[in-house]
Amino acid sequence: MYAVRRWVVRHSRGFEMIYNAFEPVIARLDPLWRRIGYARAEGPVARVERAVKGFLFDCKMCGQCALSSTGMSCPMNCPKTLRNGPCGGVRANGHCEVKPEMKCVWAEAWAGSQHMKSGTKIHVVQKPVDNRFRDTSSWLRVVRQIAEKRAPQGEQK
Amino acid sequence: MIFDDEPTPGEGLPILPGHVSPGRLERVLRAGKFAVTSEIDPPDSADPDEVFKRAAIFDGYVDAINATDGSGANCHMSSVGVCSLLTRRGYAMVMQISCRDRNRIAIQGEILGGAAMGVANIMCLTGDGVQAGDHPQAKPVFDLDSMSLLEIARAMRDEHRFQSGRKLDTPPRVFLGAAENPFAPPFDWRPHRLAKKVAAGAQFIQTQYCYDIPRLKIFMAQVRDLGLLEGPNRVFIMPGVGPLASAKSATWIREHVPGVHIPDSVIKRLAGAEKQKAEGRKLCIDLIQEIREIEGVSGVHVMAYRQEEAVAEIIQSSGVLEGRVPWYPGRDRQLLREAMEA
Repeated sequence: MYAVRRWVVRHSRGFEMIYNAFEPVIARLDPLWRRIGYARAEGPVARVERAVKGFLFDCKMCGQCALSSTGMSCPMNCPKTLRNGPCGGVRANGHCEVKPEMKCVWAEAWAGSQHMKSGTKIHVVQKPVDNRFRDTSSWLRVVRQIAEKRAPQGEQK
Repeated sequence: MIFDDEPTPGEGLPILPGHVSPGRLERVLRAGKFAVTSEIDPPDSADPDEVFKRAAIFDGYVDAINATDGSGANCHMSSVGVCSLLTRRGYAMVMQISCRDRNRIAIQGEILGGAAMGVANIMCLTGDGVQAGDHPQAKPVFDLDSMSLLEIARAMRDEHRFQSGRKLDTPPRVFLGAAENPFAPPFDWRPHRLAKKVAAGAQFIQTQYCYDIPRLKIFMAQVRDLGLLEGPNRVFIMPGVGPLASAKSATWIREHVPGVHIPDSVIKRLAGAEKQKAEGRKLCIDLIQEIREIEGVSGVHVMAYRQEEAVAEIIQSSGVLEGRVPWYPGRDRQLLREAMEA
């Protein structure tokens, strides 16, 4: 919902803190995810993720969440699905070229990033979307990446 | 400016040390000359002569010609088609690629095709939304954005690979360009966004129409402070300019063309003039002269949509070429003839 997502961007710092607390928790659940099987967990987790992030961010389930780099403003709400900043068509009032009634997603992102600790991540060039991940859980992907990074260190001990 | 290693029309110049392309535009910019580019109006026609005619309008006044890729989301002859015709005559082309109409498979193929046809400059654009053009019912693609397109094109050139990692036999030797709009919000982000484009691979920038010199000055100062105009990976900035036909058309453009910012003072100046069209051209000349004085500016990009015939006169009157005659088919014969007559 447009109003909710704008409220979220205004409170981007808080959401950054919530996510930073949340990520290690689900990452620590890696043994559980593995017991269930990442593939079997995918469906239910993706449904929860879609519901939560859909409500808060108008998440489009691209499956490769960039919110922490985009001031908590979901770039997939940009009609051009830009992942790296605003186009040149932003109106003088800061609204979208394509949807004049909507504030530019990237103008919002810039404002949101200014409140965040990781605000400078907005300057890093994002890779284009991998369309194979559409409608899959971004959370589980992140968790699995963290677990895989940890695994080789664990074996050394 | 005549290069002593001038090739046969249709062939690239030798690539000099510190250069990435065999093109004239990169040579002129790296030599520190004030470069001038313009934009061909692509025909709604399959007639090649129409393309040659529209390019010849700029003969002797521009260092490269942009071939637009469905600009304003309107359908015209493709940029790769226009470029293919004109590079064979020796013209220096800036091939525009927009992310609106093609996915990464088509775009990377187009980069190779364009480079094979002699295109030495590629302009990576996001593209206007489909709602702006004559086919609002079309599917907007936007598989890439201008930044990821830049990164992919640079990797094709420098790392000899597609985005997939698959190797290229011969890379495209292209000078990479991008657009910026210093006149659209969020203003404090625009210079950083430019830095991001440079990090992604942009080597020259053509901006949106500039009618607001104070805003451009602020932007250029910020860009300088970010260190983007120094070093081997420096960027060359060419602000966009263009003649406005009348106060009425300026008002229309301001309201309907995405991203064009025209201050009230400009519209007032046009409205107060007896001959508005002539005043529009005069204003354009004034803008070019003011832009040239701004530190760090490397040239201008003249976009004279439906007034292409005015470009020669505007550039001539602005004096920015300082007697330089950019290459065009038949230029050297012409210069020789003039020298013999004199």
